[in-house]
Amino acid sequence: MTLLDVENLWVQFPSRQGVFDAVRGVSFTLGRERLAIVGESGSGKSMTGRAILRLIRPPGIVTADQISLDGIDLMKKSEREMRDVRGQKISMVMQDPKFSLNPVMTIGQQIIEAYRLHNKVSKSAAFDKAIEMLEAVSIRDPERVMRAYPHEMSGGMGQRIMIAMMLIPNPEILIADEPTSALDVSVQGQVLSIIDKLVTDRGMGLIFISHDLNLVADFCDRVLIMYLGRIVEVCDAKNLHNAKHPYTQGLLNSLPRLSEPRRKLDVLNRNPAWSEAPSVSGRV
Amino acid sequence: MTMLNIENLSVWFGGGRDRVDAVRSANFHVNRGASFGLVGESGSGKSTILRAIMGLVPNWSGTISVDATPVGKKREKTFYKAVQMVFQDPYASLHPRHSVDQVLGETLYLHGFRDIDARVVKLLDDVGLGAKFRFRYPHQLSGGQRQRVAIARALAPEPSILLLDEPTSALDVSIQAEILNLLTDLRSEHGLTYVMVSHDLSVVGHMCESLAVMKDGEIVEIMDVETLRNAQAQHAYSKKLLAASI
Repeated sequence: MTLLDVENLWVQFPSRQGVFDAVRGVSFTLGRERLAIVGESGSGKSMTGRAILRLIRPPGIVTADQISLDGIDLMKKSEREMRDVRGQKISMVMQDPKFSLNPVMTIGQQIIEAYRLHNKVSKSAAFDKAIEMLEAVSIRDPERVMRAYPHEMSGGMGQRIMIAMMLIPNPEILIADEPTSALDVSVQGQVLSIIDKLVTDRGMGLIFISHDLNLVADFCDRVLIMYLGRIVEVCDAKNLHNAKHPYTQGLLNSLPRLSEPRRKLDVLNRNPAWSEAPSVSGRV
Repeated sequence: MTMLNIENLSVWFGGGRDRVDAVRSANFHVNRGASFGLVGESGSGKSTILRAIMGLVPNWSGTISVDATPVGKKREKTFYKAVQMVFQDPYASLHPRHSVDQVLGETLYLHGFRDIDARVVKLLDDVGLGAKFRFRYPHQLSGGQRQRVAIARALAPEPSILLLDEPTSALDVSIQAEILNLLTDLRSEHGLTYVMVSHDLSVVGHMCESLAVMKDGEIVEIMDVETLRNAQAQHAYSKKLLAASI
């Protein structure tokens, strides 16, 4: 079943040197699955995530044939109507908890605010729900954490709090923009398994934006590989290591591997034809 | 043979009940021309060891010897000629209002070189940038190019030891490969000794011959890279770290 259908999405920024195309004609669909978008910095992967939530502010321009959520086109919604979509239908976990949590509000106030914005409930009911949610993301001693401020939390805890806050309105789609790249490997595993459990239990769709190819090969179902604003390849995550496109192969070969020591790593040779070729469709 | 020797190094911050012991009695040595890795989670004290070697932390005890000479509380000028550091974030470690030429020229001048013009060109060639980058400012460079400038700056005094603090963690994998290859080439050309901090075991496995695993300010295990490749770590924590990375 298709939750989200994106067709021919463009994100453009006018500049003194002419219009810069950050995303160029990207199409894909998302079902109840874990879809990964990978690519280097500047490939437009985060811009794609933001454009879906219409979070790109002028002078940025977003155009698309359609971005439909359950058959309703988000491109046609007014700004006021979009507020009901953000958080409630689609929510987004940002990369760095340090910059995404409000530093002068306690964790509890922020989670309760997120919940009461979308649900008409009493403060005490929201408090109980927030505690329950913090427990769901494996935070020990949630009562203390509710009273704490973001600077008192470690990176891993901050990221789990973000996830709790984003999942409390029970959205249908979660967009996770590099949710683990600021974290240590050991904490990374914990955060991923929490996301995985919540996504599977609630039957949500997940868009997982990352630059880590090995991580998405293990964690996701389907992968879109982006290069300079276009999708160059779409494949199943388990077949990622047999990818066909020279760009994907180049990225994979440039990783050092413990099992295969080499004196020199392979360097990516960029072919201008890759950015000229039309975007591959990720629709099913 | 031993280029860098660390004995019983402890580093602490604050005092009284706020005292934090960031590094507790660390011991290791690095041979001339070798490459040594320090791995561990954030907060395990791996970067603090590098900062202590450079003299960037106020409180430390123990012995740090470079080329069999122990360093004092205040570093000599000769020390900075021998030991240089490359920092983690190429976006933060270059002065935004200084051109590449100023950054390299000033470093060369302070180290007493007077043939600055020729040396700046040579340094830029060494790190694969070329003379056309000489008068650019940091905002006109990509992350990988900035890290190359930071490496050129570290190479300016012709050091024998380079301390690398997560030199590629802010870069894409394709750019990471280029920088790691550059570091490999520079090591064989200039006979450099490396101490490299990273949280990525595969990067350390690629670059280093031996490594120390740190946890909560202590070195829990020192092993060679073969042990790492064959996953034969002894300590429970190193096993856990290895399992999480593969």
